[in-house]
Amino acid sequence: MQEIGSEVSFIPLSKSLTGIRGFDEITGGGLPQGRPSLVCGSAGCGKTLFGMEFLVRGATQFNEPGVFMSFEESEGELTKNFASIGFDLVELTARNKVIIDYVHIERSEIEETGEYDLEGLFVRLGHAIDSIGARRVVLDTLESLFSGFPNPLILRSEIRRLFRWLKDKGITAVITAEQGDGMLTRHGLEEYVSDCVIKLDHRVTEQISTRRLRVVKYRGSLHGTNEYPFLIDESGISVLPLTSIGLDYKVSSERISTGIPRLDTMLGGKGYFRGSSILLSGTAGTGKTSVAAHLAAETGRSGERCLYFAFEESQDQILRNMRSIGLDLEPWLKNGSLIFHGIRPTFYGLEMHLVKMYHLINEFKPHVIIIDPISNLISVGSSAEVKSVLMRLIDFLKANRITSFFTSLTVGGAHLEQPEEGISSLIDTWLLLRDIEADGERNRLLHILKSRGMDHSNQVRELLLTDRGIELVDVYIGQGGVLTGAARAGQEARDKAALVAGRQETERKKRELERKRQVVEMQIATLRADFESEEEEYQKTSAQQEERRKAIALMCEKMGRLRKADRV
Amino acid sequence: MDDATIKEPTVELEQIVEDIKQGTYLLRLYVTGMTPRSLRAIENIKIICQEHLEGRYELEIIDIYQQPELAKDRQIIAAPTLIKELPPPLRRFIGDLSDKEKILIRLDLAPQKENG
Repeated sequence: MQEIGSEVSFIPLSKSLTGIRGFDEITGGGLPQGRPSLVCGSAGCGKTLFGMEFLVRGATQFNEPGVFMSFEESEGELTKNFASIGFDLVELTARNKVIIDYVHIERSEIEETGEYDLEGLFVRLGHAIDSIGARRVVLDTLESLFSGFPNPLILRSEIRRLFRWLKDKGITAVITAEQGDGMLTRHGLEEYVSDCVIKLDHRVTEQISTRRLRVVKYRGSLHGTNEYPFLIDESGISVLPLTSIGLDYKVSSERISTGIPRLDTMLGGKGYFRGSSILLSGTAGTGKTSVAAHLAAETGRSGERCLYFAFEESQDQILRNMRSIGLDLEPWLKNGSLIFHGIRPTFYGLEMHLVKMYHLINEFKPHVIIIDPISNLISVGSSAEVKSVLMRLIDFLKANRITSFFTSLTVGGAHLEQPEEGISSLIDTWLLLRDIEADGERNRLLHILKSRGMDHSNQVRELLLTDRGIELVDVYIGQGGVLTGAARAGQEARDKAALVAGRQETERKKRELERKRQVVEMQIATLRADFESEEEEYQKTSAQQEERRKAIALMCEKMGRLRKADRV
Repeated sequence: MDDATIKEPTVELEQIVEDIKQGTYLLRLYVTGMTPRSLRAIENIKIICQEHLEGRYELEIIDIYQQPELAKDRQIIAAPTLIKELPPPLRRFIGDLSDKEKILIRLDLAPQKENG
């Protein structure tokens, strides 16, 4: 109680890094320093490995030599077993970094003949600790003593004394124990180790096994209380602390091209955000893999790395299929900027997939990862699990500014906009591909359901798989609704014909008008000509009249002169 | 009082054992310092040896505080531990060796009928 009292609580408990990947993160720095910790679990759950890795990492990474006291396996067996994960115990022993002490208890040889204690064990351990200046001790599995010594009362008091003694020596110790019925350990060792208890678990559900680790108790320290999946592979234990990642990662406003120019246009003209998560969902055969492959090729073109998890097709199959639409991924594969990782989803448990991905991502450090398709992972776990795994994966990717592209197969009948993973809230850009069947053909339509933080097109585009890759074309939107494919082409042709016809009609009308105008003009000309001739006639007549008057006047005068008439 | 009950049969027992086995006993007692328990164990084994193995035993008493490396080599866990190295089979006795009857039986120093 006094350890977590109000005065002391502000002083952080000093911790000893284990070097076990992920474990130090979930415990905020490893095991309690100078104290014993209990690691319990059923047979084959990885207790011995946990202990050994703690010791070997301590010796190799933190310059803390350690003593491994084994009650079950001999030095030879341990050395051989751990050589396979790269722990060279022979060398470490030779360099006085590690001591392995195999405590052999042969029950049939032992006879109890009075009072005793386990001082021999203390002497052995003490000697081993002193001879290399050990800071770490592993006791694997201390409970074996119970089968060797008949008196549990003595054992209990001696074990209690042992833990006290280790604590006094300031040794960071790991004590492993077998899981008991309804108890953490078979002999109740958890009563004695009160500082830190870790439980390992190996569960098989539907033939798929998952290893999990849980920090049951960690006195005086904050720790994650969840069950964390962990993996045992050729490099030891990795615990996945992905849930501990918060939402405080930095986001990028940098954009990356989708590899399909028209899609870039639809996404505000620039493509996806770097580090965003993109979901492409669609029914079978809508071209999901092709869209993904365009992104992969584009990543290669821009000199970045892409990791492609193919859960459905093999690498060669994808390469061949993409060649048929004029997309050659070979160069990027050759220069190492594209890596395919193909594995059957049912090969591992879900958590194991996550761990594997996590590993590959850490190794390859890609800029873009593609998971094609995530829907296949659902066959491995329940939908809650899938969501939790994807959430952690996306968090992890976002924190590392890796763009993630998921495809999801929507099963016929299911609502298109609600993929069963229920992960839409985790997705930044959601593209929807669907095919519509009309007039005896299927056509693919693509639209953007959402795209956070960018001005994106709300238009539906028709997706064409041509031999030059994917092309997006406008669909026909007219009175007959949205038309695609041949219907769109037909409608476009009809439109064109109607247009031509209309133009011809106009021209005909124009010509007719022209003709009418000419007629009118002609009539005007005729009338004018008539008028002019009449006017001419009149002028002629009037001139004649004048002539005649003049002639008459002249004649009158002449006649007068002839008659010699009197001048008045 | 234990002594009184055991001493009587062991007189004849010594004879029987001597007849059957001529082999020498090699005994090693590992103790941790001179604690009362250690001293008790030393005293007890000495008595047993003198009474039942006179002339054909070798007893070595080792303080593993002085030679801690032996604890590992000899697989010592409990203290005190008595190991009968010879004759075979190897046997370990843990405790202060106060249960003489048991020790004699397991050292094959008790007659068979007493065993049952």
